[in-house]
Amino acid sequence: MRIIVNGERREVEGLALAEVLDELGYGGTVVATAVNERFVPQDGRQDLALSDGDRVEVLAPMQGG
Amino acid sequence: MNVYGTELNSRLMLGTAQYPSPAIMAEAVKASGCDIVTVSLRRESGAERAGQAFWGIVRELGLKVLPNTAGCHSAKEAITTAEMAREVFGTPWVKLEVIADHDTLQPDVFGLVEAARELVSQGFEVFPYTTEDLGVADRLVDAGCEVLMPWGAPIGSGRGLANVPGLKTLRSRYPELPLVIDAGLGLPSHAAHAMELGYDAVLLNTAVAKAGDPVIMAGAFARAVEAGRAAFLADPIEARDMATPSTPVFGMAFQD
Repeated sequence: MRIIVNGERREVEGLALAEVLDELGYGGTVVATAVNERFVPQDGRQDLALSDGDRVEVLAPMQGG
Repeated sequence: MNVYGTELNSRLMLGTAQYPSPAIMAEAVKASGCDIVTVSLRRESGAERAGQAFWGIVRELGLKVLPNTAGCHSAKEAITTAEMAREVFGTPWVKLEVIADHDTLQPDVFGLVEAARELVSQGFEVFPYTTEDLGVADRLVDAGCEVLMPWGAPIGSGRGLANVPGLKTLRSRYPELPLVIDAGLGLPSHAAHAMELGYDAVLLNTAVAKAGDPVIMAGAFARAVEAGRAAFLADPIEARDMATPSTPVFGMAFQD
């Protein structure tokens, strides 16, 4: 399946958002996720099946003013 | 100072961006004596995990974090970012920024009010980055904001308070509401000025982070904020156009 993760095209095998995050190396990280500009809480990642072309955002704490 | 039921010892809030190094950021935060640091959310790479290291440093500081929605240009973007920040940082606080213009980074006050209303309904405690406009302030308060954060001048400009009469008017309109000058300060004297006007606190980042010595500058701002607050409480004299002698005239020699 082809999706867009943080603005970059990625080919992934997993279906659920949680699986895809593990596949992309996010296991154990503190991140927040959104799919197609909608927030997906941590406890919703296992049940959210991604589709071809979905836009996934994976955000982490960063410096801010 | 009390904001959303939380008692704060310091009237200075400090941003965590643009420091020469994470270690200097941490030292500057300590030197400032602040209770609150602002943070943000950005795209994380599964390979580099840069955000994880930063979050570890901030957690070690043991302070309250105020996540921002910096860079958002619509209410929808800001709302989604706030929802993500609440989960990651574990706080209902959000420094709500909806930006209208790339050059001035002026708040989009229409999107700001819209986003504030929605976020308050979702249980967020919103710290809106706004202007000194009274009409906007009224709408933000109507939306449920219990603190307002008007700009002093454009973000990162270091110009100090660009519209002192407007900021005084806002202070007069809301004498009890916590008001924080957010953005545009460059010097400790600017912070002291804000506090002398009766503002409750200031929020800084660039003025400290981009100073030649951020740690010394953080301490200088801390003292200026304290001095300005003390001056406000001491009820300053009114400025006059004409001189008035401070030394008593009565009893002077050589007078008829």
